[in-house]
Amino acid sequence: MRTPSCLLPLTLDSAVLNLSNITDLSPLPDHILIELFLRTLRAGKLTERVLKLFIATGKDEVFSLIQELNIQVTVNPVLPTRTLNSDLTSFMNAWRPIFSRFHLIIVKDLDLKEEIKIPEGFNLDVYEKPDIDRLVGTSTSIIFSGYACRYFGYLVSRKKYIISVDDDCLPAKDNKGFLVDAVSQHITNLTTPATPFFFNTLYDPFTEGADFVRGYPFSLRSGVTCVLSCGLWHNLADYDAPTQALKPEERNSRYVDAVLTVPARTLMPISGINIAFNRDVVGPALLPCLRLAAEGKFRWETMEDIWSGMCVKVICDHLRLGVKTGLPYVWRNDRGDAIASLRKEWEGVKMMEEVVPFFQSLRLPQEATTAEDCVVEVANAVKEKLGSKDPVFARTAKAMLDWVKLWKSVGGCSSSPGA
Amino acid sequence: MVEPATATQTAAPVMPQLKDELDIVIPTIRNLDFLEMWRPFFQPYHLIIVQDGDPSKTIKVPPGFDYELYNRNDINKILGPKASCISFKDSACRCFGYMVSKKKYIFTIDDDCFVAKDPSGKAVNALEQHIKNILSPSTPFFFNTLYDPFRDGADFVRGYPFSLREGVPTAVSHGLWLNIPDYDAPTQLVKPLERNNRFVDAVLTIPKGTLFPMCGMNLAFDRDLIGPAMYFGLMGDGQPIGRYDDMWAGWCIKVICDHLGLGVKTGLPYIYHSKASNPFVNLRKEYKGIFWQEEIIPFFQQVVLPKDCTTVQKCYIELAKQVKEKLSKVDPYFDKLADAMVTWIKAWDELNPPTAGSSVPNGKAA
Repeated sequence: MRTPSCLLPLTLDSAVLNLSNITDLSPLPDHILIELFLRTLRAGKLTERVLKLFIATGKDEVFSLIQELNIQVTVNPVLPTRTLNSDLTSFMNAWRPIFSRFHLIIVKDLDLKEEIKIPEGFNLDVYEKPDIDRLVGTSTSIIFSGYACRYFGYLVSRKKYIISVDDDCLPAKDNKGFLVDAVSQHITNLTTPATPFFFNTLYDPFTEGADFVRGYPFSLRSGVTCVLSCGLWHNLADYDAPTQALKPEERNSRYVDAVLTVPARTLMPISGINIAFNRDVVGPALLPCLRLAAEGKFRWETMEDIWSGMCVKVICDHLRLGVKTGLPYVWRNDRGDAIASLRKEWEGVKMMEEVVPFFQSLRLPQEATTAEDCVVEVANAVKEKLGSKDPVFARTAKAMLDWVKLWKSVGGCSSSPGA
Repeated sequence: MVEPATATQTAAPVMPQLKDELDIVIPTIRNLDFLEMWRPFFQPYHLIIVQDGDPSKTIKVPPGFDYELYNRNDINKILGPKASCISFKDSACRCFGYMVSKKKYIFTIDDDCFVAKDPSGKAVNALEQHIKNILSPSTPFFFNTLYDPFRDGADFVRGYPFSLREGVPTAVSHGLWLNIPDYDAPTQLVKPLERNNRFVDAVLTIPKGTLFPMCGMNLAFDRDLIGPAMYFGLMGDGQPIGRYDDMWAGWCIKVICDHLGLGVKTGLPYIYHSKASNPFVNLRKEYKGIFWQEEIIPFFQQVVLPKDCTTVQKCYIELAKQVKEKLSKVDPYFDKLADAMVTWIKAWDELNPPTAGSSVPNGKAA
């Protein structure tokens, strides 16, 4: 016969599981507080936010435990998100179990007029037009409106990793029906090596249950730092307007249980809907610089992330850094009308025909050893080779140089050289 | 815990595709009992069995299969002195089967590979999936983040240039393995209990300019497009190396496919790999390869084939020339290998003369 558990340990275990909903620990008696602290630590749930809660109680025992155990806080991701509509309540509540552990940065689209509504219980900073104007000034050509407002969040963050999710996305379910912790998966992707120089047929060799296959050179098995993690989308996949218009009922339900490194010199469309990156190393390379003349409020009507992604990939290839794609999935809500987006003047599709060959043939000089240097080189090449084809490219090249200036002045210390 | 499928009878397709255009090549030294499980999927097709090892042994083929069987004596008789390019006492001998086939497509499988189950428990018809892969285009010039855009339920993502959406012909379909993964000997020794239980529901094109380790356990290809480059090298008896046959072929075909604008896919289908070979035996076979691949990979990564190599044979002869020039210094084995590569092409052309009036080139140089 099993010994029945006491009420207290059961309560403490339950508290550890529900830390995301706790905002104040001061009512707890000292001995219970300490026990909770130790259980939280054992469960691996002592995050920065939770640690702050314990510290906020002001109890000496907590401080001495922290010192004794030499507790270090790991770097936490930051979450900028543009507001498509002003009410973020359902979005944030849906993500609460996953986001509440982290510091969030919310950037309000300059074009949004209403007050934004954010539910309680999050550790966050909100930036609106006055903040942006104050920090960035008006001399720059960068406009932080529409989907590009998130880049302001990248600029002001001081954390090592950034995760960015569109606010029409919710947590997805994996093939066993469990909610996907997209943040945790992105962090795993960014903190394990990438393998861009040789393809591993069992995908990510650093995943549990997988490894390098026969024939994979040993000298390439330590891999390189992964600085960009590109996630995928269930339900409404990131198709362009013609494709979605042609297949209006098509929804992505396939769960592909893999993360893989995108090989070096291979380009791809990097969607901004669900990505994460290492700000220290490649921050400046994610840039809000390509703005279509008829840019709209639906992803079908933009190319800013695709352009940014091409730049990042070329720069990563040059600096011998890795880019991964695959898990995690997010669930993307149905939104917008593909056919309506088609009717708008839509340069984006035509533009890719010029853009892709340009990036495929781009080679950066040896002397460019940081992300900033690389962005400047790419900007110069854009001006030289694409500037005459369409005025949007000349504007983009200028915006890229402005972005580097902005990054150097507002973005804090310069990025570390590539690995 | 994965298990192989058992009740495969109900899963057979009503109309087997490419019935008269595809041969199944199986190398074996023991027996072909595994064919019983594959019967519903394989029976409509013609088998080419390449018997390795002692030719005096009789290999029992389960009844009801249409097959031709070749042992070492047959290989020697058919190729004469050129038989020296076909490995002895190594499954690399399977490439003889590719050479003698008269069909457009080849599917090759090892005799310890069984039918896998997908996550819903359904038996995987590997051959059917390979055929789907080969008959739909590849997309090597730009990576599609939703993997194979020609699969049901998928498409090209936003930002994928429309001019690249037609794709190129698929020359090779590389399948994967559940249960015993294809690890090298050192990895096997360190992780003897690791099993591949992850069913990754994707097919993707390996991008141009990227090399990969091609495993011959579960492989299909278009003989017309790439056949002559599928030489599995000199392995086994009398050779300093083993278990690099499919690897060598994989590096050669990828370089040539990249040059000729052809596609290579990897991913589905899965088979269930039941036998783990002895890691100590494997280590002895692979040992030199583990060092040599450090030189071989950069060699293949830097190979440039001249524009006038417009056929697979021309590309392959050129490759053999470069192997002799650049890899002989690694070991005299490569000198022999380069010669064998040329012998292979000669033998291929003899057994597969171009039919009158047919044009030889099969793909333009990149």
